[in-house]
Amino acid sequence: MLSGVLVLDCTDRLGWLAGRLLADLGADVVKIEAPGAALDSAEWRALNVNKRVLHVDLDGAAGRAELDPLAAGADILLATFTPGTARAVLFDRERLLKINPRLIVVAITPFGLDGPKAGWLASDLEIMAAGGAMSLAGEPGGTPLRVTAPQSYGWAGSQAAVGALTALAARARTGRGQGVDVSAQAATVVALSHAPAFVDVDGTSPTRAGQFMTGRSVKGARYRVFWRCADGWLNFILYGGVAGRRTNAQLVDWMRARGAPLGALEAVDFERWDPTLADQAEVDALEAPIAAFFATVAKRDFLDEAHRREMLGYPVFDVADIAADPQLAARGFWQDIAAADGVERHCGCFAVVDGRRPELVPLSPETESA
Amino acid sequence: MSAQALDGLRVVEFGAYAAGPHIGKMLANFGATVVHVESLARPDGFRMQYPPYKDRVPGVDRGGCFAYFNDSKLGVTLDLKNAEGRAIAKRLARWADVVIENMRPGVIDRLGLGHDALRADHPDLVMLSTCNMGQTGPRADTPGFGSQLTALAGVCGLTGDAEGPPTVLYGPYIDFIASTLGAVAVLAALERRRRTGRGAYIDVSQYEAGLMFVAGPLLEFRRSGRIARRAGNDDPEAAPHGAYRCAGESWIALSCWSRAEFAALGRAVGRPWWGLDPRYATDDGRRGAAADIDRALGAWLRTRDAPAAAETLQRAGVHAHPVESIADLFTDPQLAARGHWQRRTHPVIGEHSYCGPVFRLSETPGGVTSAAPCLGADNDRVFRGILGIDEARYAELRTAGAFA
Repeated sequence: MLSGVLVLDCTDRLGWLAGRLLADLGADVVKIEAPGAALDSAEWRALNVNKRVLHVDLDGAAGRAELDPLAAGADILLATFTPGTARAVLFDRERLLKINPRLIVVAITPFGLDGPKAGWLASDLEIMAAGGAMSLAGEPGGTPLRVTAPQSYGWAGSQAAVGALTALAARARTGRGQGVDVSAQAATVVALSHAPAFVDVDGTSPTRAGQFMTGRSVKGARYRVFWRCADGWLNFILYGGVAGRRTNAQLVDWMRARGAPLGALEAVDFERWDPTLADQAEVDALEAPIAAFFATVAKRDFLDEAHRREMLGYPVFDVADIAADPQLAARGFWQDIAAADGVERHCGCFAVVDGRRPELVPLSPETESA
Repeated sequence: MSAQALDGLRVVEFGAYAAGPHIGKMLANFGATVVHVESLARPDGFRMQYPPYKDRVPGVDRGGCFAYFNDSKLGVTLDLKNAEGRAIAKRLARWADVVIENMRPGVIDRLGLGHDALRADHPDLVMLSTCNMGQTGPRADTPGFGSQLTALAGVCGLTGDAEGPPTVLYGPYIDFIASTLGAVAVLAALERRRRTGRGAYIDVSQYEAGLMFVAGPLLEFRRSGRIARRAGNDDPEAAPHGAYRCAGESWIALSCWSRAEFAALGRAVGRPWWGLDPRYATDDGRRGAAADIDRALGAWLRTRDAPAAAETLQRAGVHAHPVESIADLFTDPQLAARGHWQRRTHPVIGEHSYCGPVFRLSETPGGVTSAAPCLGADNDRVFRGILGIDEARYAELRTAGAFA
């Protein structure tokens, strides 16, 4: 869909996903790398596949002479840097717009181009802290957590792609490029769902709840979210509402069919049961037989049976489980790309467009060393 | 407001909760006219099923959760189970450049508003469907919640201490990955339409979109068989790397990515010999001595407020930032300098904060144009004004239940 759009990708890890998303939708993305840069990590390959690689030394006095002719012919330039450094001068919007007034200059930085923290150092950990995400993950009162696989780079890179294409739409009308100033901190706020709405509207500040769901019962009961199963963990919650009632009734039916003890579940009419009115003793009594049953169920078994019974809930998958999921295979999500030592299986384009998934183009040795 | 990037773009949402409406919000914040379609019988689930509410009293127009994802839009009601309602919905879709829906697969088709039905007389329509598993595949009909899908996509399993259980991420985390990527796809389709005149049908599986945020670990598994595991706040490339308690209940996140940075940390916390100690020269060395390092850091940090400690460490050249609570985000000087929170007056909730764009465009900066609509607030404006339905017909349609 973006064929004919030339993207110059001068990002480090903070911005890799932006160019990957644009490339997957058809843009010609040229990834600039320093001569001799190591490009073989899984993280680099996963987020830079589908781009062409050009080795250019942007450091030092010659950097400008290398970059400017490339910028003159590009539609979108993606860059990551720390404001106040030599790189910031190199990627300065006004400087680049003089060279190419149609260029869209996307600056992806931890905190944005100006403001009191613009020059602060931040990796994924500090960005997740600055965006509020760590305060929402972990045990109540315990250490705030980040996700072990960096997420703020994903939030920053994906929002940068939205920004780049928003500016491209504006250019179609005005003929002029402009700057896009992406703050990774602000992008991470998107990950918080509606938590910020509580501060104004309710006067409260949501915080981390570990492996439980709180805030549903007027009697303060907390509901278990993660349950041990035969080969890992499941995500299952005693919900109310139409889907929750069906889920709960189907679970009891499933347990009965497997001969599992029902305990306190036996006496409950899930058509009437309301999780907002339950107290902790009741919840504990209902959850005990479920925990005993789930301990006998495997992840894939749960996935298949929950699907068959239209129940809410999913297993907690790891990357091996995801790699084997037939749903993804049926939709052609995985794409095999030739690599130096054989074939690499990548996540394909995130969208199916007009009934087909856009194909990834392999990095060829020629373009890598061009 | 001055000219915006997406002025003139027309968007209709047959969607509810997060995954559809958040796309419309992002487009609306840059000037698109976005019509959010609900019905009186079945308002958007975010209006009544999720707190917070004004004065903690639930009500369709009292919810902060709905408001947060629907600012800058027009709100209308149409009964899609009513033939007249469906006919109006079809006219609205004909008016639109973009239609977004996030119902279970097949539902929009049964309403006669699926892509095949709409494109017949609207070949340049850009339509996006987003759901848990995508429109096809053996589990396409799964009725899932985004909060639980985050577990299937590997993210919950990658959060928490190595020996402990997986960890809940707040809300339908994965929905916002899908909505952000969905906005990318919609804007790309509009670019193709400008060039070719062709519309597009985009199928976004929220599961697949979420996997783009763990693409590295997935490829690592394909290459080496290594299965990524949750590891608290540890990182393979930095040490120390974690969250530490400061004075009161505040916390700080800090990390050192080189021997030089660790030396700077040592000087800042009164341990100038850290940079000279050969045991601390490598990540592994510092990881091995984590107990000693953490004890010293803890003693220094425990008497300092997180913001002051972070300032000191940043001045010394060390990665550091307070762990901001959700309330802290509203007093954060950096977000304030960017105008991140934008206060607008809602007719029922009153003045409250909305999330502004997370990127700024230098010429067409974007922003929250209006508070979220009350249920059906813009029926007259959209049906009479935009679609041009005359007064007599409008009354007839109302009597027929089209707007119920």
